[in-house]
Amino acid sequence: MVSAVLDLAAGQGAAGVQEQVAVGFRPVLPGLILALPLLGAVLNGVGAFLWRERKGLATLIGPGTLLAAFAIVLLNVLGMRSVAPHAPAIVHMWTWIQSGDLRVGADLQFDRLSLLMCMIVTGVGSLIHVYSVGYMREDPGYSRYFSYLNLFVFFMLILVLGASLPMMFVGWEGVGLCSYLLIGFWYDNRAFSNAGKKAFIVNRIGDAGFLVAMFLVFTTFGTLDFAPIVERAPDTLVYGGALVTGITLLLFLGCTGKSAQIPLFVWLPDAMAGPTPVSALIHAATMVTAGVYLVARAGVLFALSPVSQAVVASVGAGTALFAATIAIQQYDIKKVLAYSTISQLGYMFVAVGVGAFTAGVFHLMTHAFFKALLFLGAGAVIHSVHHAWDHASHDDGRPRHGDPNDLRNHGGLKAFMPKTWVFMWIATLAIAGVFPFAGFFSKDEILWSAGAYGYPILWGVGLATAILTAVYMTRLMVLTFHGHNRTFGQGGGAEAARYMHEAPPVMWVPLGILAVLSLAGGWVNIPEALPLPHIGWLEGWLEPVFEPAMSVAAAHGIEAAHAAPTGGGEALWALLSTVAALVAVLLTYRALAGRRVPTEAEAVAPIGFARVLHDKWYVDELYDRLIVRPSMALWRGCWRVVDAGIIDGTVNGAGHVARLFGWVGGQLQSGRVTTYLFVFMLGAVLVLGVLA
Amino acid sequence: MSPALAGLGTTDLVALLVSAILFSIGVLGVLLRRNAIIVFMCVELMLNAVNLTLVTFSRLHGVEGQVLVFFVMAVAAAEAAVGLAIIIAMFRHYQVVDLDRYRVLKW
Amino acid sequence: MADFLFYLFAAGSILGGLLMVTRRNPVSAVVLLIAVFFFTSGMFLLLDAQYLAAINIILYAGAIMVLFLFVIMLLNLGHANWRDLRAPFGGLLAGAVVVAFLGLLAHRLIGDVAPPTAERTGGRLAAMAAQQGPVGMLAHPLFGDYVVVLEATGLLLLVAIVGTILLARRDPA
Repeated sequence: MVSAVLDLAAGQGAAGVQEQVAVGFRPVLPGLILALPLLGAVLNGVGAFLWRERKGLATLIGPGTLLAAFAIVLLNVLGMRSVAPHAPAIVHMWTWIQSGDLRVGADLQFDRLSLLMCMIVTGVGSLIHVYSVGYMREDPGYSRYFSYLNLFVFFMLILVLGASLPMMFVGWEGVGLCSYLLIGFWYDNRAFSNAGKKAFIVNRIGDAGFLVAMFLVFTTFGTLDFAPIVERAPDTLVYGGALVTGITLLLFLGCTGKSAQIPLFVWLPDAMAGPTPVSALIHAATMVTAGVYLVARAGVLFALSPVSQAVVASVGAGTALFAATIAIQQYDIKKVLAYSTISQLGYMFVAVGVGAFTAGVFHLMTHAFFKALLFLGAGAVIHSVHHAWDHASHDDGRPRHGDPNDLRNHGGLKAFMPKTWVFMWIATLAIAGVFPFAGFFSKDEILWSAGAYGYPILWGVGLATAILTAVYMTRLMVLTFHGHNRTFGQGGGAEAARYMHEAPPVMWVPLGILAVLSLAGGWVNIPEALPLPHIGWLEGWLEPVFEPAMSVAAAHGIEAAHAAPTGGGEALWALLSTVAALVAVLLTYRALAGRRVPTEAEAVAPIGFARVLHDKWYVDELYDRLIVRPSMALWRGCWRVVDAGIIDGTVNGAGHVARLFGWVGGQLQSGRVTTYLFVFMLGAVLVLGVLA
Repeated sequence: MSPALAGLGTTDLVALLVSAILFSIGVLGVLLRRNAIIVFMCVELMLNAVNLTLVTFSRLHGVEGQVLVFFVMAVAAAEAAVGLAIIIAMFRHYQVVDLDRYRVLKW
Repeated sequence: MADFLFYLFAAGSILGGLLMVTRRNPVSAVVLLIAVFFFTSGMFLLLDAQYLAAINIILYAGAIMVLFLFVIMLLNLGHANWRDLRAPFGGLLAGAVVVAFLGLLAHRLIGDVAPPTAERTGGRLAAMAAQQGPVGMLAHPLFGDYVVVLEATGLLLLVAIVGTILLARRDPA
């Protein structure tokens, strides 16, 4: 058994590694990449039951398995760099489904895109696991937390490494499950567990689209593996035809669910009910990017359907702007970041929608860095405020608790949490797209691609959203770190000084690492147009993966232009966008820094248009009226009429009929002479009528 | 046409019909009344109707019919006596002659 | 003339029967039943069963019905006025069955029988009656071919008497 596991881990499974080209890339310990997090999940799960009080095991295994998995992925990346294969290496583990014409193997696909995603997942994931050791230290569900988190990474890796749509779907569903488990981690709070349910149910709608798309793909291609599909798609499918448009739109429906785009984004803000590291890992860096990954993976299919591409890009842009407008009026720090995530995901879909797949993945990567940093930093702030209140109430017995997430209860924290302050400003500048931080390069590439591929309106929307992004992020920073401290009431400086402190090293070191990445992470892909050393590392790395899609686009005359819709080259517009972002940051800072902000207790509800934004454009209420209530009425009707009435009625009715028969039979022995004579007469009638 | 019914005159037919009707009336009475004594009397009515039938047929087929009627009458008398004795006994027990209350024939 | 009487007696007996089953008072019912017996005896007479006609009246009307009256008086049911007709559902069902029965019988009788001869055939019975007299006509088979049955009937009557006495007496307390 152990040797079989080791064999599997070394990729020497029953069918071995199938090499597609003469120059082969042999994945290093592929099975172990998956096995480690799974093992971690199991051990931590067992630990959660058996050694509830002892946290050492989970502390060791939780982050440990992730770091080991990251190391193995790194080895694979280095191996792939030296070999430079053109086609993916498929590791066949076992045959999962063999039914008629359908053959799905438990196969892993190692190509450049999937390895890049693995790096992000395991790398950022490791940092978040380490951070969680500090953040969740006092939580009684410590081991359970790491079990779920490891399980999540396991499924996420299946998602990105899956060699076929069903394998990816296994990961897709699995991360949805873990998201549900982790959002509702503190399950005794009804609202939190409801948020978990909401996430799962809304995702299910998208999953239905994914499933139907899979069915269509199977009937079209006879297989569900990515490699043959990508190879045969241009010849099998009609360019711009209804079939490929249908398939891609259905896949995109799944993406709107998993990656929180219009119309299925409503679960993401509610998902902030989970622990903050969860929000960082799942709802910022990894799970929500699965939709982008799917579009990138099936890029050739999308390239064959210009209608779908337009839909994807438009929905992305619309969502980006929409979410940004909501973010500027939110007072919960995590909600601001949640809507920010939705908005940035919109950017990624704009990119993969217009056909700039590399730009989309680029932004996925940089976003993972700075968004994770932002969330973890927010977590540090929340942690600190929460602790301060706890300690304070011990001292004089007065309970102090408001909402530790509320921006109105923060203020002036740069004095107490300087490292967090600096790191979060780095992330803020990155997300705003200020040169030379990571976000500048990735966002700029997206905006440029939108214009260059002939979508001027989306380009304009992207630009507007970028400005809004700068505004709401600066607002967040100012309200949290600048001005006077409001944690202990207006001007509660002295008390704050006593109780508030920086996060422990186990928490701020990962922040620092992410800050470095947020600064330098964009430097892997600097376009030629800019007067800087041209680095096309990412572009080159991913080029073989997107080559089929790009060649389809080229074959149909879609080329990137070299001038913006309104004239001017890429360099000019890059300069303009970064200057605009910087100006927005400075103006917002000036506007908000000096102002007196009411605490949560003193706050009044916003009025007018601000109210609409604060209330999220009433989308949740709309869904409730349009969908939830009629559905529940339908379900209630089904329950009462069909189940209780018809089905129970029939089943009970059968019983009643049996009793009726019994009653009739019983009448034959009633002891009443009259009844007996009646039966005589009946018999006489029978005799006369039938026999005589 | 069955041989038993050959040679019937009009009055004979009428007699048979009357007998059938009387019999039915008697059955109705037994089925619809709860007073045991009345039920008994309806039984006697039924017996009488049967007698009428027998007499009618004996006109055609020989005197055996009348002999049978004779015996029917004798047995009817015996049965009436015993039945009324039973009713008296039940009445002593139940204080009513309601047939629905006499359910002792149950298993 | 005979036919007219016959029809008269027929109608009378049916009417009497109908009235009888619908009386609440048992005494009224007894009296109506006696009337029915008279009518049927009349019909017996017209059917060449003279002896039986007489026995019908003596035995049925005279003895059995009197016995009924005795019992009614004994149990003090003479004033019974309680509604003892059955509930509608059972009644309708019973009525339906009886009507079906009657209909089938009537259909058999009327359908199967050849058109009756206009005159009354005397049959073999008339000859015998003329020869032996109405009583002798019955007595000869009774004490001849059926004597065993006759004696058995006597035994039956004895048993009935004993049983009646046993059943009807009070328990010696």
